[in-house]
Amino acid sequence: MTGDRIKQYLSHGKRFDARLPDEFRDIVIETNVSNKAEGSVRVKLGKTEVVVGIKMNVSEPYPDSPNKGNLMVTAELLPLSSPRFESGPPKFEAIELGRLVDRVVRESKLIDVEKLCIKEGEKVWTIFIDVYSINDDGNLLDAAAIGALAALKNAKMTKYDDKEGKVLFGEVTNQNVPLAKHLPFSITLYKVGDNFLVDPTREEEDVSETKINIGRSAKGIHSMQKGGVAPVSPEEFKKGLEMSEKVYNDILKKVEKYLK
Amino acid sequence: MKLQEESQGMTIQVLIIISIKMTKDFKRPDGRKVEELRPIKAKVGVVPNADGSAMFQFGDTIAIAAVYGPKEHHPRNQRDPEKGTLRCNYNMLSFSVTDRIRPGPSRRSTEISKITQWALEPVLMVEQFSNMVIDVHIDIIQADASTRCAGINAAALALAHAGIPMRNLVSSVSIGKLDKQLVVDVSKYEEDWEEGEGATDIPISMTPDGEMTHIQLDGMINNEELIEAVKLARKATKQIYEIQKKALKEAIN
Repeated sequence: MTGDRIKQYLSHGKRFDARLPDEFRDIVIETNVSNKAEGSVRVKLGKTEVVVGIKMNVSEPYPDSPNKGNLMVTAELLPLSSPRFESGPPKFEAIELGRLVDRVVRESKLIDVEKLCIKEGEKVWTIFIDVYSINDDGNLLDAAAIGALAALKNAKMTKYDDKEGKVLFGEVTNQNVPLAKHLPFSITLYKVGDNFLVDPTREEEDVSETKINIGRSAKGIHSMQKGGVAPVSPEEFKKGLEMSEKVYNDILKKVEKYLK
Repeated sequence: MKLQEESQGMTIQVLIIISIKMTKDFKRPDGRKVEELRPIKAKVGVVPNADGSAMFQFGDTIAIAAVYGPKEHHPRNQRDPEKGTLRCNYNMLSFSVTDRIRPGPSRRSTEISKITQWALEPVLMVEQFSNMVIDVHIDIIQADASTRCAGINAAALALAHAGIPMRNLVSSVSIGKLDKQLVVDVSKYEEDWEEGEGATDIPISMTPDGEMTHIQLDGMINNEELIEAVKLARKATKQIYEIQKKALKEAIN
């Protein structure tokens, strides 16, 4: 019922909350929400809310990248945040969320991983980005990616004792995480009926059959993944790409003031 | 051994004198008085999706709780035809502590979940929703000791906020013994106390009537001190109860 109505509205370019199909909800970012984390933020996207924290540790590099630090993104869909989520081992939705955010950050080369090398082949930093949902009213994905970016900007490197070769947990330096200047966001297009919309509420997300997740910055597109069963025609795809570019600027305008 | 027995009477006397003296002079690392709670914040309605939700903060320890239910209980074979089931789920965010903890359940969190259920169930009128389940999810956003107490306080508020029939609220506080000194609302720094007899941590939960619904203890303590600790918890939980009540009233206005 609701689904049909949402589709009907959207075919006239309208949504229940009076937004345009390519319009994001208001974004609010609070920083330092958890003081034991090296960086932490709370992102509110309308009623959707996520908390993202940064921790780091020193470990051995991967053999194929001896001079590069590591990145690990995990996401948990807390049962607290929605009646749909249950406790237990992570289900596909949580794994997908973590992996998509990972790729938005990784593929855009946001983190200068070579600067995370302490000793080539032996010691490099691993940056953990942990995402938790606090309230799910749709589009956790894009909120999580904004959170990851904001948390990285907010983070300070942990102190490392070079002589002892030990990480001094709980002691932070005044050094930022080495980041590139561009700002990658995740923009997920949800196909509802024959039209795309962005930043769906829970109701809208539920009636969507296909989504296309796009990681992009001012430099261009860095990552993409289609999810869901409904196919997308080349014309629709082209329209979607143009839409994502516009949406990128919309998000940028809404979060810029928080990312200075 | 024999020598100890002979001198026990005297030791207790000396102890009492010392403890009275210490109470006056004892300096807590953060400058609090021995019976002083950290600044408390409580707020209900922090998770719009939930049927009831609350945030409770002791100093740098922040817990949020959300209640879903009463709702249909699955799997069916776990249903109780006599009374409703309370399911609690305590979880720490990976970055809530200094060394990142692996996300997901652990043995510790499983135990605390169960303890929380036991602490809260006595005040719930579970007989009113037989065959149903109430889920309470507690997440620790930032940890500085006493997380289970903050979690229980938040959960009690969230249950009340969800409008679940309750006989009373539950308020929880941790009493610590640092060397020989009892203190209220233990911080992380105090939890790691190493001087003298070290730290004893005693989380206690009570109804406003003074019924104890939960107590745990790790460390070393004698009878007299423990009784004293419970008295301190009674006083502290009364204060917490007032704050909880205020938070609930604010939600109505």
